[in-house]
Amino acid sequence: MPVSLSNSKLIYEALKECDIRLVSALPETWLVHLIRSAEDDPEMILVRLAKEEEGVGISAGAHFAGVKSAMLMQNHGFLASINGIVSFAHLYKIPLLMLISYRGSFGERDPWQTQGGNVTEPLLRALGIPYFFLDALETVKKRIRQAQTLAESSLQPVGLLLMRDLMWEE
Amino acid sequence: MLRLDCLRSVYSELESCLVITIMGAVAAELHSLGHRPNFFYLQHAMGLASSTGLGLALCLPEQHVIVFDGDGSLLMNLGGLSTMARYRPKKLVHVVFDNESLLSVGGFPTATSTGTDLAGIARAAGIPRVIAVSSVKSFKDTVTEAMNSNELTTIIAKVEAKGPSAYLTDLSLLENRFQFRRHIQSLKR
Repeated sequence: MPVSLSNSKLIYEALKECDIRLVSALPETWLVHLIRSAEDDPEMILVRLAKEEEGVGISAGAHFAGVKSAMLMQNHGFLASINGIVSFAHLYKIPLLMLISYRGSFGERDPWQTQGGNVTEPLLRALGIPYFFLDALETVKKRIRQAQTLAESSLQPVGLLLMRDLMWEE
Repeated sequence: MLRLDCLRSVYSELESCLVITIMGAVAAELHSLGHRPNFFYLQHAMGLASSTGLGLALCLPEQHVIVFDGDGSLLMNLGGLSTMARYRPKKLVHVVFDNESLLSVGGFPTATSTGTDLAGIARAAGIPRVIAVSSVKSFKDTVTEAMNSNELTTIIAKVEAKGPSAYLTDLSLLENRFQFRRHIQSLKR
């Protein structure tokens, strides 16, 4: 499976450098190494979800507890989280650092991912969620730090789209 | 059994807990008994009160956390029961007021009115202690035991579909949210 191990490790290191101590996740192909890193890290609280929207509540609880958290999800998981994002994170000004694998975009071979790819960015914009791309290893650490900084200062959800060029090697 | 009487019966014990409620009647009734800075009312996002309690409990394992959930909200996040059961924080108490109704939108019956058994679902999800209660006395005793049990407990309390005359309180959502977080941070010092 050509998911980039080294780039996944780099993303994980960047999360650690931001003092992220809780990660919620629902597995998807591009996220496997990230989730394994969290699993192998005794300092990290890994919460495996049944559905991504739960992660909004988990992260809100972590924020109340003074713990920085991140959410790992596929873009379809982002779609499944929208009510939680709007009626909890936006309504109550909860910072969320959302790492969203951008399936269904250029280069996608799985037909079932393609419709979600079409609507991911329009939905982020419609919701007023600031987002940026993680597409090159040189900028990974800086962008994760900047996204986390903005989520905390603005008390709102912020999206980082994990791109094929970074996550996939073939 | 009235939900308000249940809440009143444990009100004094809530002082030492972090309390999360769902929206609607549960929030309004707890607030009517007297707001405290350790109460957070999730006035939307149905289903996520239990997830919020789980997040808090995982980050603050020494702290008692109690969630006041409802049948309508829990039915929207049944998967969350499996997540709670998976991590089973020892000091989390999950109370579900089951009035078999979506009361605040006009009393439409939920599936618990036609036989869906939330206690059975919670047990099958793997929640280690699940107790169903039907009197105020047993409610109070069960909550107290659950707080001392050192084991994740879900309590299903069948209550009447009666609520307060109004749902709005004078506490703004953001005021509540910032006060709640500040309270938790003050506990750490």
